[in-house]
Amino acid sequence: MKIGRVIGTVVCTLKLDHYRGEKQLLVKLLNPDGSEAGDYVVAFDRCQAGPGDVVLIIDEGNGARQVLETGPKGVVRAVCVGFVDSVNLGRAEPATFGA
Amino acid sequence: MKLGRVIGTVVSTKKLEAFAGEKFLIVQPLSENLEPDGEPLVANDTQQAGPGQLVTYIGGREATIPLGEPFNPSDAAITGIVDEVATE
Repeated sequence: MKIGRVIGTVVCTLKLDHYRGEKQLLVKLLNPDGSEAGDYVVAFDRCQAGPGDVVLIIDEGNGARQVLETGPKGVVRAVCVGFVDSVNLGRAEPATFGA
Repeated sequence: MKLGRVIGTVVSTKKLEAFAGEKFLIVQPLSENLEPDGEPLVANDTQQAGPGQLVTYIGGREATIPLGEPFNPSDAAITGIVDEVATE
């Protein structure tokens, strides 16, 4: 899994049929210390996340098909599956992301 | 998935049987700010996209799923045509 910050949403009218009704989040990926990793991903939402939230992202097909319940023909990879409250790297102060 | 802009089409007459009837487009990968980011790639079209359109595309094994022939070596497929990218 990866950690990322939601920075927006991507709206598509024309899309694969099984994407209908799914919210697509634009997520900027972060390093464990909270700095930007320099990449992003468009992920489906499974935790009602919104802009500003720091989230857990899976970017792997089989897990995504299970979570989104698409069946074996699901053309899905990235899904937002949780919120990150904090990350402790063994330093005095954990990196805190939650409200 | 990633964001990309369709910048061209590919015509390939002689190709693998698994690609028979499939349309290929040239896609310029974009950053989250919709600026060109990296080298253009060739992607299968599933959405009747055309040059100039902003799209989402998927890489990896998932790109093979929308094609008619189940065993095909596609490594990128367009999954949607983007109406709006709403950022804060």
